[in-house]
Amino acid sequence: MKRYAKNINLVVGSIIIFGFFLMMIVSFFYTPYDVTAMDIPNKLKAPNTEHIFGTDEFGRDIFSRILVGSQTAFVVGLLTVIIGVVFGVTIGGIAGFIGGWVDELFMRLMDALMAFPGIILALMLVAVFGPGIVNTSIALGIIAIPNIARVARSGFVQHKEAEYVMAARLIGVKPLKIMFKHILPNVSSQIIVAASIAFAIAMLAEAALSYLGLGVQPPDPSWGRMLKDAQAYLIGSPWYTYAPGGAITILVLGLYMLSNAIRDIMDPRSKA
Amino acid sequence: MFKRKYWLVLALLFVMFIISACSEEGTETNTENEGEKETATATPAGPQEIRVRVNDDPDFLDPHRATASLSFQQILNMFEGLFLPQPDGSLTEGLAESYEVSEDGLTYTFKIRQGVKFHNGDPLTTDDVVYTFERLMGLNGGEKLSKNFDNVASIDAPDATTFVMTLKEPNSNFLYSLTALQSAILPKSNDGKHNENPIGTGPFAFAKYSPGTNLELKKNEEYWQEGLPYLDKVTFVYQSDDQAAVMNLLAGEVDLTGVPGHRVAEVEGSFNISHQNNNSSLIITFNEEKEPFNNLKVRQAINMAISKQDIIDSIFSGYATPQGSNMSPAMGDYYLDGLQDVYSFDVEKAKKLLAEAGYPDGFKTKITVSSHNDMYPNIAQIAVENLKQIGIDVEIETVEWGIWLERVYFGRDYEMTTIDLTGRPSAYEILNDYISTNDNENFFRFKNDEYDQVMADVLKETDREKQIEYYQRAQEILTEQATAVYIADYEILWGSKKNITGLKSYPFWFHDMKEVKFN
Amino acid sequence: MLYIIRRLVLFIVTVALVSIITFGVFQILPGDPVKTMLGTEADEVQIESLRKELGLDRPLHEQYMDWVQGLFTGDLGNSIRFSMPVSDLLMDRLPVTLSVASLALVIVLFVALPLGIFVAKRQNKISDVLLSSATQLGMAIPSFWLGMILIIYIGMNFDFFKINGYVPWSESIAGALSTLVLPALTIAIPQIAVKFRYVRTSILEQMQLDYVRTIRSKGLPEKIVMYKHILKNSMIPILTIFGLITAEVVAGTIIVEQVFALPGVGQLLITSISYRDFPLVQGIVMYITVTVVFINFVVDILYSVIDPRIRLR
Repeated sequence: MKRYAKNINLVVGSIIIFGFFLMMIVSFFYTPYDVTAMDIPNKLKAPNTEHIFGTDEFGRDIFSRILVGSQTAFVVGLLTVIIGVVFGVTIGGIAGFIGGWVDELFMRLMDALMAFPGIILALMLVAVFGPGIVNTSIALGIIAIPNIARVARSGFVQHKEAEYVMAARLIGVKPLKIMFKHILPNVSSQIIVAASIAFAIAMLAEAALSYLGLGVQPPDPSWGRMLKDAQAYLIGSPWYTYAPGGAITILVLGLYMLSNAIRDIMDPRSKA
Repeated sequence: MFKRKYWLVLALLFVMFIISACSEEGTETNTENEGEKETATATPAGPQEIRVRVNDDPDFLDPHRATASLSFQQILNMFEGLFLPQPDGSLTEGLAESYEVSEDGLTYTFKIRQGVKFHNGDPLTTDDVVYTFERLMGLNGGEKLSKNFDNVASIDAPDATTFVMTLKEPNSNFLYSLTALQSAILPKSNDGKHNENPIGTGPFAFAKYSPGTNLELKKNEEYWQEGLPYLDKVTFVYQSDDQAAVMNLLAGEVDLTGVPGHRVAEVEGSFNISHQNNNSSLIITFNEEKEPFNNLKVRQAINMAISKQDIIDSIFSGYATPQGSNMSPAMGDYYLDGLQDVYSFDVEKAKKLLAEAGYPDGFKTKITVSSHNDMYPNIAQIAVENLKQIGIDVEIETVEWGIWLERVYFGRDYEMTTIDLTGRPSAYEILNDYISTNDNENFFRFKNDEYDQVMADVLKETDREKQIEYYQRAQEILTEQATAVYIADYEILWGSKKNITGLKSYPFWFHDMKEVKFN
Repeated sequence: MLYIIRRLVLFIVTVALVSIITFGVFQILPGDPVKTMLGTEADEVQIESLRKELGLDRPLHEQYMDWVQGLFTGDLGNSIRFSMPVSDLLMDRLPVTLSVASLALVIVLFVALPLGIFVAKRQNKISDVLLSSATQLGMAIPSFWLGMILIIYIGMNFDFFKINGYVPWSESIAGALSTLVLPALTIAIPQIAVKFRYVRTSILEQMQLDYVRTIRSKGLPEKIVMYKHILKNSMIPILTIFGLITAEVVAGTIIVEQVFALPGVGQLLITSISYRDFPLVQGIVMYITVTVVFINFVVDILYSVIDPRIRLR
């Protein structure tokens, strides 16, 4: 029974992610229309055979913009995860491996960061770094750090007393080498799960910030930003919101499904 | 059996919540009753009360400290200056009953209007007038609040009804600094409380301010202009979202609001729509100290490559007047018509000009825009598309308003930008941004000797016809020099209830409620 | 007791760190708040006089110490944008945000609890797949889009609902509800989809607990088992939900207020960020975060009171 659900997650999740990934790759080479080309007389045309998702307030093809928007979503997600994993694993690893007051200090700091509701911290950081793709990713990356650090820490704590670590210590392997060469591979599965969830959260958060006008800025295409623009025309052109909203939801859904599937496969105990 | 148990648990939980919810509501009902009483006494449901939607809070209620046009849009209902601005851009006597200017143009003598009362009941005296200008000039111990009176050598009140100002140099535009926009007359007795409890002589008096929510004004029963105002109460309601504002108008929650162009059709049938030329100028401009924008031909090429009509159609749904300089037709006689057609949209000609300027393949540049209003990034996107056609590759950099101000407006560290220059009642102030010595406002870094001369000469000219000639020449220079891409003066479309009359539109932001009434 | 003290110390340390982060992070903000406030029409005279008035020309540590002191006295300084005390502004906006948040909370509890109990007894293949899909969908859908969908399908079709603005409770209860129900639903729906499973787990746990079995084996009537013991312990799932969703409901209101143009704390926060109004942003962030931390602290304590086993964990 569980396996059935798990497989559905794996299959559907993979299809979705692969589909969007393909879409992103294709969008580098081909879009049905030029994404920035304006056709003002044909603005806000409801979905039709020429423009399957309609046109926006400048007469640009929404479908093409959705395609290109996937680039932004992936870039922000990826940058966020890289920042989160690099700093999270370093902080969590050091805290878990060294222990003592270093552990206490780092973890209290991570607790403090986690105490902020996510969007509040994101807004505060974006206010500091300013808007834009890179700045948004930095802000979201910082938010991803504590969670990954916690996962990494608990992994390192578990493994630092393990026999293979003791053995390595005895033969005089340097601590840094033990941490990254010996322990890290053993905790990587938990980190991958945490990272994949961070990826999904980052995409949602990017959309939210862009919707609030504080994330990705035009002309960079962003699904969240498209929703912000669409809201101005909600009464007359409600269909404008369907494509960007649907794209965010489906992609994030795919990521959650996949990360659940990965977690179940790598760590069968977590099912309960 | 087992099933039933669970439903019992469920039912109990429900009961629990209902009880807690009820007790919560119980306490709420008490405050509600109080609230109802309060609103019932404060606002009897009379018809002569208007709710006007405004985008944002005033920066200050103190008219000497306020700088945003949005603030004056509201607070000018409370304050008056020695002169009152008129809808056609001229001035009439306000708190000054009459005035005289000496031959040399240096001494201004005003007779102060008698029988005027401040909202607190105190009569207006020359002491208050002196106090007002001393406060603005920083002469009575406080900080200097305005630069407008740097040219004033002395002020004096020789008797109870006379007020005299002496200038260091003649300035034909001086009277324009004597309206409530620059020098609202404030009562001396209210010193130190002008922001918390503003008091003026205007047709409406301050009642209550709730930041982010509204500003309530009440009728000034003792207003010096007989029979005015008609309204008992004016409430400025803050709503930054244009779309929401339209819904509020449709729902009857506000009586007057600006309506975005694309939603006029929804509103038109059941509401009045009045078109106001905003007297502002939406521009795309360049840092004229930097290459390649120091090249006239480059600026002209950009002027020809940008389709003003595209911008007007998409951003303003067609409701805007194309311009050739930042003087708007709203300024009447001062406006020089025809300039808007000098650089008509012509890609081929633009390319040729660019080649002549030494950039046959175009160049790369950056346009820095503020994100605080979607209009700016949107205009930038259109401009980028237009300029692509003549080979200019423009990158859009979107920054927050604060950073835009710091980096572009004050720091002048930019290549291209877009902004709207807000309207002012005086032609001189509309055009003085470009004077090369006006470091404060000339973020274009525009420098033209003839322009500086014209603007200096006009201050010495007392004849209105000749002033107009100078101002028109100044506009011509701006167009000839392609100082900026003057896109348009966009209209503000006011949607109002059909039974409202007496709305006036000024060449600056002012919701004048003095003669407004419900029929 | 030791547990409570340990929690308390942790709470204080967290709040202290949060305050340092909140204050410190704004010191590297670009953009001058005074210039932002005065805009293009200001001259340098006005800028300087305002800067002095706001105390922005003083050294950093002095500003921080003042601020921390203010945190204790409830005086968080004056907003730069509105020239009013931060606490007054917050008090003005708080009713809106609290109304949305508590309505959302009530909806979540009312739906997620019964739903959790209901599904606890019905475990099979199809419902399992459906439920887990619902949960994942709930996590994936952006609340602002859900809000727009509700506007399109409910707001525009039923006159009762207003799709923007806020009517105070004191003016009209129906009016307030008409403006609050859709925003609250927007927050509640994804929370329900995600959180009812925790209720299910929690209920199932209670059912299998030793003491329940012991009581049963003693031959007490089922009814008494249910009312006296399980019901008493059903506080646990309620607390679970409460602890889990407070932060998310609070965060949710920030965004949902934008969708429905509600004049709450979230809207104030967004405005204050774009105006670079440091004192206001700091105040709002601090208040919201401390509230969330405090609620979690209280939930932890209550947990340990109701279920002593937790102290041992």
